[in-house]
Amino acid sequence: MQHPDAMPLPDFAVADPASTQGVVVRGLTRSFGERKVLDGLDFHFRRGETVVILGRSGEGKSVLLKHIVRLLEPDAGQVWVDGEEITGLHKRGLFEVRKRFGMLFQGAALFDSMTICENVALGLVEHSKESKEWIRARACECLAMVGLQAAENKLPSELSGGMKKRAGLARAIAMSPDYILYDEPTTGLDPITSDAINDLILKLQAELNVTSIVVTHDMASAFKVADRIAMLSKGRMIYADTVDAVRETEHPVIRQFIQGSAHGPLSVF
Amino acid sequence: MLTLVADIGRGVLDSLASAGRGSMLLVTILAQVPHLWKMRRETVEQMHVVAVGSLPLVVTTSIFVGAVTAVQAVYQMQAYVPMKFLGTIISKSVFIELGPVLVALVVGGRLCANYAAELGTMKVTEQIDALEMLPIDPMRYLALPRFAATLLMLPVITVFADGIAVISGYLISVSTLGVTASTFIEGLRMFYDPADLFSGLIKSFFFGAIIAMSGLFFGFNTKGGAEGVGNATMMAVVGSCLCVLVADYFLAAILFQVIFD
Repeated sequence: MQHPDAMPLPDFAVADPASTQGVVVRGLTRSFGERKVLDGLDFHFRRGETVVILGRSGEGKSVLLKHIVRLLEPDAGQVWVDGEEITGLHKRGLFEVRKRFGMLFQGAALFDSMTICENVALGLVEHSKESKEWIRARACECLAMVGLQAAENKLPSELSGGMKKRAGLARAIAMSPDYILYDEPTTGLDPITSDAINDLILKLQAELNVTSIVVTHDMASAFKVADRIAMLSKGRMIYADTVDAVRETEHPVIRQFIQGSAHGPLSVF
Repeated sequence: MLTLVADIGRGVLDSLASAGRGSMLLVTILAQVPHLWKMRRETVEQMHVVAVGSLPLVVTTSIFVGAVTAVQAVYQMQAYVPMKFLGTIISKSVFIELGPVLVALVVGGRLCANYAAELGTMKVTEQIDALEMLPIDPMRYLALPRFAATLLMLPVITVFADGIAVISGYLISVSTLGVTASTFIEGLRMFYDPADLFSGLIKSFFFGAIIAMSGLFFGFNTKGGAEGVGNATMMAVVGSCLCVLVADYFLAAILFQVIFD
């Protein structure tokens, strides 16, 4: 079998990002010190689909996610959202773009000093012109969607890991985003809670019709929630296809990742 | 030898880069000042943290500052200077120097540690990223209320500390150092100049800015996990104390030129 380094990289470049819906990443490059984490990465996240990004720890999956909403600035390359290049936007324009995104952080990143309800409502309090009653009702509605209506007055420190993730998800959907970014939504959770989070991702996908980008190592989660699965390695997307195609693929890196084997083209040390 | 020179050079460059980033942070915070009214609730909450939270520390410090100033002054004056000047010496020392500087050091240490640890933890747990995603500007939401509260409340705390220190000096002088109440009060009134108090308050205002900026700068620039938060907190407190002492000299030099000429 051909060594993965000798295999030609698939071309995910989009010819005309200005007239393309969804998120287009073009030539994204980012280094931390001497280490190049993203190396001219090209990809297109289509509207309405759920893409799961796989990759080993430290390959730059979360870095890619943060570049999509410019929480990190690239050394080179561009990000386009629904035909608008966001890499050159000033803060006000960038904030308008971010209103269309929700993000679930790896550790949920709930504000410790606020109750769960206040966490969920904060974006609406800042940006919505609706009444306080409406905002509270909306926060409760989002908490109900993730099954946390009983926890609205609790502090984050009073919640379990799974509940924190669900609360983070409620906050992410409160402003009715077009896109939801999930940074390792099931990491650190038991298999049953992980599956509940996966069901929640599918439920939100079905009810809100959002575009979802999920970063994970969890293959069960990837197979359950994805429309497409992409593999990030050495700063580039080396593979992307449907779930069925991934199950059948002979690509050695993907196979090794699916099997969770320490032996293969991806070396551990 | 070359390594030493390189290390010194690197240290100087890093310090200059930090000073540049600190200046940029100050400009960014000042650009948020028009939003202060919108952030009034958070600012009042922070004013409460700055003032009410610091009260036990300020009261204790001020009592002993006044007391030790009285003891030291009596010891140094007894053979050469009439005791009627005791009140003058205590009040001038406290108003011009001891009040503003010691308040800035003790309250500054407390606030810098608070700001750097709180913001540093928010940084390493991605809460600041989460705020950006809502999207809320952390400079407006987190930095502005803390900056404004420290700037506004430090002079208030200083006036309070000045009062307690003078009362403490009076009580110690009268009760244990053999000075009569009328002698002490005569000295207090004799050379009282509002400019003394005013110059101390101007100092406090600048010290407030230094304290807030140190806590905010190191908090927002925290890297790593628990160790990073610990380092940021330590650097914020050390940076604030050093900058207060350095600024104290320059402010004193300027204020004595401008106010007392």
